[in-house]
Amino acid sequence: MAKALMLARLKQTVVAAIGVVFSITMFVTLLGFMNGLNQLLDNLVLNRTPHIRFYNELKPSPTQPVELSDKYRSFHNVVRSIKPAASRMSIYNNEAIIKTLLDDPRIVGVAPKIAAQVFFNVGAIDVNGVINGIDVEEESRLFAFDDYVTEGDFVDLKNTANAIILGKGAADRMLASIGDVVQVTTAQGNSIQLKVVGYYQSGLGELDNVQSYASISTVQKMLGEPPSFVTDIQVKLNDFDLAPGMAKEYSAIFGIDADDIQTVNAQFEAGSGIRSMISYAVGITLLIVSGFGIYNILNMMIYEKMDTIAILKAIGFSGRDVNLIFITIAITIGFFGGVLGLFFGFIAGLGIEQIPFELDALPTIKTLPVDFNPKYYVIAGVFSLVTTYFAGYFPARKASSIDPVDIIRGK
Amino acid sequence: MKGKPVLEAQNINKYFYSPEKTRVLKDVSFQVTRGEFVSVMGKSGCGKSTLLYILSTMDTDYHGKLLIDEELVSGKNANRLSQIRNEKIGFVFQFHYLLNEFSVLENVMIPGLKLDKKSKQELEHIAMEKLRIFDMQDHALKKANQLSGGQKQRVAIARSLMNDPLIIMGDEPTGNLDKKNSDIVFKIFKELAQEFHQTMLIVTHDPEFAAGTDRIIEMEDGRVLRD
Ligand SMILES: Nc1ncnc2c1ncn2[C@@H]1O[C@H](COP(=O)(O)OP(=O)(O)OP(=O)(O)O)[C@@H](O)[C@H]1O
Ligand SMILES: [Mg+2]
Repeated sequence: MAKALMLARLKQTVVAAIGVVFSITMFVTLLGFMNGLNQLLDNLVLNRTPHIRFYNELKPSPTQPVELSDKYRSFHNVVRSIKPAASRMSIYNNEAIIKTLLDDPRIVGVAPKIAAQVFFNVGAIDVNGVINGIDVEEESRLFAFDDYVTEGDFVDLKNTANAIILGKGAADRMLASIGDVVQVTTAQGNSIQLKVVGYYQSGLGELDNVQSYASISTVQKMLGEPPSFVTDIQVKLNDFDLAPGMAKEYSAIFGIDADDIQTVNAQFEAGSGIRSMISYAVGITLLIVSGFGIYNILNMMIYEKMDTIAILKAIGFSGRDVNLIFITIAITIGFFGGVLGLFFGFIAGLGIEQIPFELDALPTIKTLPVDFNPKYYVIAGVFSLVTTYFAGYFPARKASSIDPVDIIRGK
Repeated sequence: MKGKPVLEAQNINKYFYSPEKTRVLKDVSFQVTRGEFVSVMGKSGCGKSTLLYILSTMDTDYHGKLLIDEELVSGKNANRLSQIRNEKIGFVFQFHYLLNEFSVLENVMIPGLKLDKKSKQELEHIAMEKLRIFDMQDHALKKANQLSGGQKQRVAIARSLMNDPLIIMGDEPTGNLDKKNSDIVFKIFKELAQEFHQTMLIVTHDPEFAAGTDRIIEMEDGRVLRD
């Protein structure tokens, strides 16, 4: 029944379906592209950011000596101009901590790190910088370090003694090319010569101007510290939503400071949230507009087919049967329009993914990013059925309440 | 078989409220028994069509009682009434009212498809048989709008027979046809009465037609004048 009515009004039906196809295509493409970009930007920061970072913060000790004395403990003591104690930057007993962390099934991996303030001595001037001493393999595995080494080979950091990978910005400022040797002075005054084996480029200029990388043992040696010296422990989780809770949990257990990724990147999250909200809004608007198209066409169909509806009712079709016929038409349009739309959306996504997109700042990206997350396809599919159902609902109800006597008498 | 009431109207009254309250049917009571071929006559505007819509359960806004196949249908819900129409009543209109979206054969089959008691092949076979009665079998695969007026009306009658209804009701089924075609349709009705003992209640303006039926109900101004 529904089929015959649709065939009789093939043109309108096809137009309605094209509306759905178009909006679903746009919806899927837009969301895929928007979220591809979002992920790209997220990854720029989040991929390289540890989910939890343990460290010792320089701060005054919470109990001052006066409070330890038996004599003054019961008094209310005022101490002015408190300075931080010369406590260790190094994380005490870090090997045991790392071992405990690695036993936690929620944790993917752990990488120790030392951040050292240095001066690069370039001729007569000194350039400020930070050298990160890293566990080269773990850093690559967990935080995609290797992706951002744009020139040179990151393993040389481990295999060559006293090697350094310079931030691209820093290297440009120092006019240091690969193979050159740079002179480095630590804050404590130790000097050391390091060989440049590569450039590091994150895409975030301010990072690339100051950050350089060396192996953890090189930095320990440079600082004159023992192999147990570690200032940061970086943790990657299976599910980074757990980060705030776990940061608190372990911070209390180990008695050290911990930062979680959510707190550190809160404003970043907000940005990507707004971007995907906008794309959902545009997509859903498109779908609703096409829903109105279907509504119009079904309404027209019902006016044209009054006689048919009347005769069906006279023959013994109930209001419910008539309702079902028009709902079926709407859902069929929604279904086929939706399926085609998803297909074209997928094709459009593939197309966009072919468009070259190269930026110096984004070394890992060669083409425009598209996210093919099935979630968007499911949402679009469900939404096309829901909108077409509602678009069909009111015309169908009208059709089902047509009084055959009125129509037949009107002839 | 004969003597069993198929249709029973008891004191049916019908009012129209626009433009003002008018009583269009006044205490209409009669009975149609199985196998009867009844015609209803009366002046234009006396309420024949109105009565027929009530008897066919399409119009439920009336006072009085209506029994079909000894079942009280007044006050039944719309779904049950649809079922009764589908199973027990065949309706033929003045205008043929075929569905142009379908072929002739499909048009005849629709009531059977709705009833959903037989397979599609069986229904096709039955529909073909019905078309054969009216010598329309050669047109089975044409679209409904490719037929002449007289042919359409024959198909419409075939359709009304599809579920072997208890009673066929017609509202001036020959009213829109020329002499030749109305003669053909009239002959068909007589054949149905004589060969198949089909119970029929037909509204007509044609005295010749009425004269050929078993019984004439004459109406005037909303009342049954003579039975
Ligand atoms: N919807 C309506 N509202 C008000 N009055 C109506 C309505 N339909 C019909 N009538 C009136 O009811 C009366 C009976 O109409 P009906 O159609 O039953 O007459 P009829 O006997 O079939 O006439 P005809 O032989 O011309 O077909 C007429 O006077 C008509 O004007
Ligand atoms: Mg009439």
